[in-house]
Amino acid sequence: MYEVVSNVIIAPSIHRMEVRAPRIAAARQAGQFVIVRCSEGGERIPLTIADADPEAGTITLMIQAIGAGTAKLAAIQPPDGIRDVAGPLGMPTEIENVGKVVCVGGGVGTAVLFPLAKALADAGNHVTTIIGGRSEQFVILRDELAEFCDEVIVTTEDGSLGTKGFVTIPLGEIIADPEKRPEAIYAIGPVPMMAAVAEQTRPSGIHTIVSLNPIMVDGTGMCGGCRVTVDGQVKFACVDGPEFDGHLVDFRELATRQQAYCDDQHCRMTDAMENQE
Amino acid sequence: MSDQPLTPKERMAIGRTTMPEQDPAKRATNFEEVNFGLSYEAAVQEAKRCLVCKSRSCVEGCPVAVRIPEFLEALASGDVAGAAEILRVDNALPATTGRVCPQEVQCEKVCVRGKKGDPVAIGWLERFVADWAAENMANPVAPDKQTGRTVAVVGSGPAGLTAAGELARMGHSVTVFEALHDSGGVLRYGIPEFRLPKKIVDAEVACLESLGVKLEFNVIVGRTITVTQITEEFDACFIANGAGLPMFLNVPGEQLKGVYSSNEYLTRVNLMGAYKPESTTPIARGDNVVVFGGGNTAMDSVRTAKRLGAKRAIIAYRRSREEMPARIEEVHHAEEEGIEFMLLMSPLEINGGEDGWVKSIRLQKMELGEPDASGRRRPVPIEGSEFELEAQVAVVAIGTRANPILSSACPDLKLNKWGNIEIDDNQMTSIPGVFAGGDIVRGGATVILAMGDGKHAANAIDRYLQSK
Ligand SMILES: Cc1cc2nc3c(=O)[nH]c(=O)nc-3n(C[C@H](O)[C@H](O)[C@H](O)COP(=O)(O)OP(=O)(O)OC[C@H]3O[C@@H](n4cnc5c(N)ncnc54)[C@H](O)[C@@H]3O)c2cc1C
Ligand code: FES
Repeated sequence: MYEVVSNVIIAPSIHRMEVRAPRIAAARQAGQFVIVRCSEGGERIPLTIADADPEAGTITLMIQAIGAGTAKLAAIQPPDGIRDVAGPLGMPTEIENVGKVVCVGGGVGTAVLFPLAKALADAGNHVTTIIGGRSEQFVILRDELAEFCDEVIVTTEDGSLGTKGFVTIPLGEIIADPEKRPEAIYAIGPVPMMAAVAEQTRPSGIHTIVSLNPIMVDGTGMCGGCRVTVDGQVKFACVDGPEFDGHLVDFRELATRQQAYCDDQHCRMTDAMENQE
Repeated sequence: MSDQPLTPKERMAIGRTTMPEQDPAKRATNFEEVNFGLSYEAAVQEAKRCLVCKSRSCVEGCPVAVRIPEFLEALASGDVAGAAEILRVDNALPATTGRVCPQEVQCEKVCVRGKKGDPVAIGWLERFVADWAAENMANPVAPDKQTGRTVAVVGSGPAGLTAAGELARMGHSVTVFEALHDSGGVLRYGIPEFRLPKKIVDAEVACLESLGVKLEFNVIVGRTITVTQITEEFDACFIANGAGLPMFLNVPGEQLKGVYSSNEYLTRVNLMGAYKPESTTPIARGDNVVVFGGGNTAMDSVRTAKRLGAKRAIIAYRRSREEMPARIEEVHHAEEEGIEFMLLMSPLEINGGEDGWVKSIRLQKMELGEPDASGRRRPVPIEGSEFELEAQVAVVAIGTRANPILSSACPDLKLNKWGNIEIDDNQMTSIPGVFAGGDIVRGGATVILAMGDGKHAANAIDRYLQSK
């Protein structure tokens, strides 16, 4: 059992949960994720490790409660626990000081982006973060990001906060400005958003890293369910990823594979993420 | 309870028993075990068929050298507990091997009685005795004398569990680190309920826990902790992480929805329980399911597909029946259940519909040519024999490769060119005190070979610890 230390709602149906998992807290690096299972017979849910405190032995998860599984998980209150937490899984992000970077987060993808932006800032990069949401209440982690980012830009589809429209609008302006042009872009969010960002940066050739979220089972390379095509080659996102070069990813394939079980959780989650962007 | 020992002639006069099993038409629609197991009377009678011959070739035929004649003699005299004592000492997972070992190429192959007629049904008797013991005998307990030495085992498949049991029996303190949320490795996630009920795996693991073995789940060695950390914390380590990574065909269309590796297909059904109505894990079903491969994994997948409601559950295998590596009993059971076999058949392409789901498979007929490196005749395509087979689900069961997660975090570990761990005669790897065995060393093999490695390694680890 992995004890839930705290559980706070930070946006409509988005929970920030701290969980006691000392081994994971000690080993984890930015870009990695865990797979959790609430209880016996439950599904295995992949979640990015948003933050960790190795001394306290805790990790932070951001949970968007949309499907039955995530709703059940988000309902767990301290001092109850989660049956299984396995990780850290996936390859850590290569964090270097490259100069200027832009981080783009859509919906709950912002939570995935958070530890990455922090690590990039800690490494000395000039970090601009663009976060998008359907409307003001769905924009998460803005203040937390502002603590270490050089600039945080917000977009909402309805214009209730920041720029009206999609994240690609401010991103386009940044790329077009030779003064601001970044060395690398990290885009994390729904597939259409990542695909759009990758297309936008393709002509300029700016290194664009995306974090993929295909359907997973074990998360250890054993099942191949998470396979994605990158540069014409089949990769297992849980072992080789989840981050890949956005210019080489076959997003169409990823989008249809994500919809494999359409009356199922995962699909609802993808839909929900898309709705939010 | 025992009658007079029989004369060899009387023993010879007894014919091989048959295994009572579920009716094929009925069992093809449920996940309950196919074989019911022998009755006490049938088991004792069958045990009497053993001639207790001097050659003891069956013991040599067994990768863990179970003292077969001894346990059969005890059983023949009605002493099931005595038989169980022998079995439990020699074999850590007897209820499992009694069900999944390819006895026909091991102990039963060399049984003297097989020279003229049928060999003794050693596998069925092993199963009988192990099941009896699980129901009637207390679990073994940890020895009083503990050595104070600690050993970490990576992976709870048959290799890891066997090593853990042996080491615990020797008085060492054993911790098993398992990546998944449950024990057993392939026994849990791969081999289906209808062949190896999971309560059997539970009981065998409970036996080990009662010996003092500690299991820690959700620990992915190479990610959660490293081998280096293990060597700092423990006196020795045994790596048995299996051969996890599924191989694919590399034909067009393999990324379509409805194409699974056998590992994914079976894991969804077995580990995650997708066959149960209340399960939260989905699985694609279809009228036509095609499984590529001819091994146990392929048989398990195709028989699972049938049970999930497929009208046509089809094996497509590149070679001929003789070359199929699956256990004979499984092929036989599959045929009885109405599985179709398309032999000498190779997939060229998987075609999908607008919706991104599998619609059909393009296959090509093969014929057998010259023998290849493996000594088996190489299948060669027959030009112009291509045809289209309708299918909604395709399962690729053509083998696995070594999983790189553990080894990539441990550069000192010497691997061969396929990524399998290299070991010496004592199963020690290039890192002193770190041993390895099972599929990660052999590539895909069998449960009993993995167990043999576990047993051998446990002895080597014990010697290593004593010399330290
Ligand atoms: C569907 C199927 C049917 C089969 N049927 C038969 C049969 O009838 N008869 C037979 O003899 N053989 C059969 N086999 C083959 C047999 O199951 C294997 O040879 C055997 O299980 C290998 O045992 P192992 O202990 O080496 O590995 P595994 O059983 O693969 O166990 C390895 C364990 O290690 C864990 N692990 C992996 N990586 C890590 C890590 N980094 N850290 C921690 N844990 C890790 C895995 O989760 C797993 O639990 C079958 C195989 C399959 C897939
Ligand atoms: S989730 Fe199973 S291999 Fe990646």
